[in-house]
Amino acid sequence: MTDTNKVTIEKAPAGFEGPGFFATSLDKVVGLARKNSLWPLPFATSCCGIEFMSTMASTYDFARFGAERLSFSPRQADLLMVMGTIAKKMGPVLRQVYEQMAEPRWVLSVGACASSGGIFDSYPVLQGIDKIIPVDVYVPGCPPRPEQIIEGVINIQQLVQNESLRRRNAPEYKALLASYGIE
Amino acid sequence: MERPTIGDIRDALNAKFSGAIVSEEEQYDFTVFTIRKESLLEIARYLYNDEQFQFRYLTTACGIHYPSSPEPFAMMYQLHSLVHNVRIRFKTYSASKDPEFDSLIPVFSAANWMEREAYDFYGFRFKGHPNLKRILNVEDMDYFPMRKEYPVEDLTREDKDDTMFGREASGYDRKKLMKE
Repeated sequence: MTDTNKVTIEKAPAGFEGPGFFATSLDKVVGLARKNSLWPLPFATSCCGIEFMSTMASTYDFARFGAERLSFSPRQADLLMVMGTIAKKMGPVLRQVYEQMAEPRWVLSVGACASSGGIFDSYPVLQGIDKIIPVDVYVPGCPPRPEQIIEGVINIQQLVQNESLRRRNAPEYKALLASYGIE
Repeated sequence: MERPTIGDIRDALNAKFSGAIVSEEEQYDFTVFTIRKESLLEIARYLYNDEQFQFRYLTTACGIHYPSSPEPFAMMYQLHSLVHNVRIRFKTYSASKDPEFDSLIPVFSAANWMEREAYDFYGFRFKGHPNLKRILNVEDMDYFPMRKEYPVEDLTREDKDDTMFGREASGYDRKKLMKE
């Protein structure tokens, strides 16, 4: 009964195919697998978190992107989704959560507050989480609609799929972490 | 026991602490006594212990900054007599740039966190406070954000151009303000 035309099946990466074998590069296989099995860690502190609840629920159905399983332990998570205003006192907590995540890890900054401080140009609020941890994708909006959050995750998926297996050992990446004083 | 009126409280304080009440006014159906700073602790202790009044609940306390006043800093205390359901408010002013008030902790334990809050936001010191450190803001904050001489905006903000928000035109340069 299901309308199979609406379901997108991931295409196999480019490679050599013959009777009984298929050869391609490991990067592409790993990228494909990782992209479709992200475990997000929701770090939701305010209204963007409410939008995320809607994103997870049936209408928008975040599970379609292989991110069905939310990880509430940073050690098992691949993607840190920061949604909401981060007070300066919350900053060290967020940073600790990020440090506890295992490589490879990605960060999605959802909404104006997480990205820049938003309307809270004020002494107690961290003016963007990129002051303390590196961010891969920013989602604008106050708060962003679930479609926008999903687009942010799709952009993360593109990064995940195309990431070289050597990236996390590259000197550029180490310099990036060092610029945040991590490790 | 008869319910004390505001007049009873005024008379008792005038008899017991002559000259301690500087002024009295009515704000939002609330009687506000402005008292001399030196009498603060003794008045609180008296109102707490006195059988007629029994002001045993410190509802709230906070700091205030009136930047254009000759006595710019104030503490406000709101007391409640639960037995009589009577409330009064005290204000006490300081002309000093680095004001020090008596801590009310010997009378009201609840004053502990309230005084820490006043220290956190206004930099007031409280004589006799056992643990006067920041309570709400980050511990490494190096200024007192509710004092009017400091900008309310955060200085690490990069995406806002002051010329676009009408701040520079009025001579409001927050980076410069912070350096002073």
